[in-house]
Amino acid sequence: MKTEPLLRWTKKDLIGIRELSRSEIEIILDLTPKFLSVSERASGIKKVPLLQGRLVVNWFHEPSTRTRTSFELAAKRLSADILSITASSLSTVKGETLHDTLANIEAMNTDILVLRHSGAGVPHILAKDHASHIINAGDGRHEHPTQALLDAFTMREEMRRLYNDPNRGLDGIKVALVGDIQHSRVARSNIHALTKLGADVTVCGPATLLPRGIEGFGVKVTTDLGEALENVDVIYALRIQMERQGKALFPSVGEYVRLFRIDRDALCYAPDHAIVMHPGPINRDLELSTEVADGPRSVILKQVTNGVAVRMAVMHVLANAGSSKEL
Amino acid sequence: MTSYVIKNGHVINPASNTSEPLDVLIAGDKVVKIGHNLKGDVVINAEGHVVSPGLVDIHCHFREPGGESKETIATGSLAAAAGGFTTVVTMANTNPVIDNAGLVELVIRRAREEACIHVLPAACATKGLIGNEITEMADLKKAGAVAVTDDGQDVASSALMLRALEYANMVGMPFLSHCEDESLAEGGAMNEGYTATLMGIPGIPKAAEEIRIDRNIRLAELAKAHLHIQHVSTAAGVEIIRQAKKRGARVTAESAPHYFSLTDEAVQGFNTNAKMNPPLREKEDREAIIKGFQDGTLDCIATDHAPHTATEKRVEFGLAPFGIIGLETSLALTITELVRPGHITIEDAVHLLSWGGAQICRLNSGNLYEGGPADITIFDPEMQWTIDSNDFASKSRNSPFIGRSVYGKVSYTFCGGKIVYPELPF
Repeated sequence: MKTEPLLRWTKKDLIGIRELSRSEIEIILDLTPKFLSVSERASGIKKVPLLQGRLVVNWFHEPSTRTRTSFELAAKRLSADILSITASSLSTVKGETLHDTLANIEAMNTDILVLRHSGAGVPHILAKDHASHIINAGDGRHEHPTQALLDAFTMREEMRRLYNDPNRGLDGIKVALVGDIQHSRVARSNIHALTKLGADVTVCGPATLLPRGIEGFGVKVTTDLGEALENVDVIYALRIQMERQGKALFPSVGEYVRLFRIDRDALCYAPDHAIVMHPGPINRDLELSTEVADGPRSVILKQVTNGVAVRMAVMHVLANAGSSKEL
Repeated sequence: MTSYVIKNGHVINPASNTSEPLDVLIAGDKVVKIGHNLKGDVVINAEGHVVSPGLVDIHCHFREPGGESKETIATGSLAAAAGGFTTVVTMANTNPVIDNAGLVELVIRRAREEACIHVLPAACATKGLIGNEITEMADLKKAGAVAVTDDGQDVASSALMLRALEYANMVGMPFLSHCEDESLAEGGAMNEGYTATLMGIPGIPKAAEEIRIDRNIRLAELAKAHLHIQHVSTAAGVEIIRQAKKRGARVTAESAPHYFSLTDEAVQGFNTNAKMNPPLREKEDREAIIKGFQDGTLDCIATDHAPHTATEKRVEFGLAPFGIIGLETSLALTITELVRPGHITIEDAVHLLSWGGAQICRLNSGNLYEGGPADITIFDPEMQWTIDSNDFASKSRNSPFIGRSVYGKVSYTFCGGKIVYPELPF
């Protein structure tokens, strides 16, 4: 592997896709296949020593299984030491401030901090004042950058396969994000990544779940699923957060299903080649029918596999930026 | 009795339409003479300076009692004096809230003991600030309250709001009104719109403020009461007030320096020192606020000085308390953002910062006249300086303007005939 990408990367942290340039996004995407191959080694030794002796702390202030284990596995495959702290074990519940908790984590000589928090902006404010590399693993409704990177990587792989062109990017491909845009950090990060990579993005959902000002992101906005799915290459279903339904943002699950669920009927609006994605965990038969989720057009499990490799690439780039470490 | 003569300054007194080079002679706590070639024991050379009535701020939070780690009556009044203010009206949302005569007397006593300027309490309009019953307003007024307000929140019930307005009108106090529909604003932390969506921060729609400005004005018209709208932040809010004034409603209104100096883009970077309620709005709102000052729709500039400790503000954006300090930056921002770009004259600025607010709360302040109180601010409108958090007299540092270069600095503040700023070493 060429050393060039590490020399081109200058950021200490990965806080959001919004702060990244197209070429920074591409550095990660281009490194990912090498890490994917580590996980698929015929020898069965799925490890490289790129982060040997480094300490990665997974600080999850909000429940998460998928993202936390994906980061954990990524760190382990890079031979790092990994420590996971979850919300229940945190002293913030005992009144300690965020900065104090982080100062304590750093005092253990942490190299990389993977942070999930319910408050938008927490990784951003902590990164400003602390020395360790911070990777945002999701902050409130704000951003979830590694999810967007793994999604972009997955879309790129699928499009390369579809068009039989190993150099194809996402320029000109059409992506529809469907569901709860308002509360979704995945939607925000994906919109930033996809628009930067030249894709044409449409967001679709109930009017009550489309945030004001979303047109300013350079996306098309519609409440008509048929219109959203016309000519799409990628259908991206977002999770409906049932815990928010106390706020009655749509009248019933039944009505949501009739208008916005990605199911066999909805797929009729889309071309045959369109793939189906979802960030997980799925509410089966709510935003996505079981038939489609498990069907031939779904790449949901590929997203999960790619997620580990993308996160390995991100940790490698942050921790080894400026050096000439080779894979 | 030592007398002071302020010489070579340019006196601006909006109440008498004065704007000319004049000397001012002070003896004891009174202005003795305003004229030419005056003599006194101590000469203050005000060359290049504006000599104005002591500034008046009808909207501050001094946090005493109950919030003394943020500010006290002593430190708040020092901040006021440093900003050129000699009279402030403090809000009632302390802990406990100021909803009975005993607590009004407490604030007044603490001010007499500790404050270097005039600190006049506003009292709650509803008991406990919870919007169920109106307070004993006659008793509150007798104890020294100058206005009633539930600032910090609105009165949710329209029926109770109407009764509070009728009663306040009977006892002759203005109702200082925080306009906010709680059900629309709930959970929000900044202006709803593109920037909030970008940052993933729940928004507060402008309508939350505007529909209550309209409701409260209509109730005041029904009650024939004087309603004063606090911290107007939106273009439509200004327009609703403009139309109400045209049809003769007894409505006055204020806005704050941050609403004419900043937009919601200041929140970028999750800056909790740009978090206040109502929130910073957008470009067109900022422009409408400036127009509101130009055509008299907005009657005064008030700071909504709302101190919070650094620890309280150094948290995730959503959890940080609303509010910023403003007393020490208000005059400079008014000069920098309104006067220097030519939106208003320096005379207008002095009016908005003194006589405008004094009239709303019917105060014997903000007016420089022979025989009147020797509350005088002497400032250099051309002096350029940089706002530095280390220089604040306030106990708190929560200002989005730290580091900003501005024009207009107070050289002396006189209150009751004494120099209260700068603090003298004797």
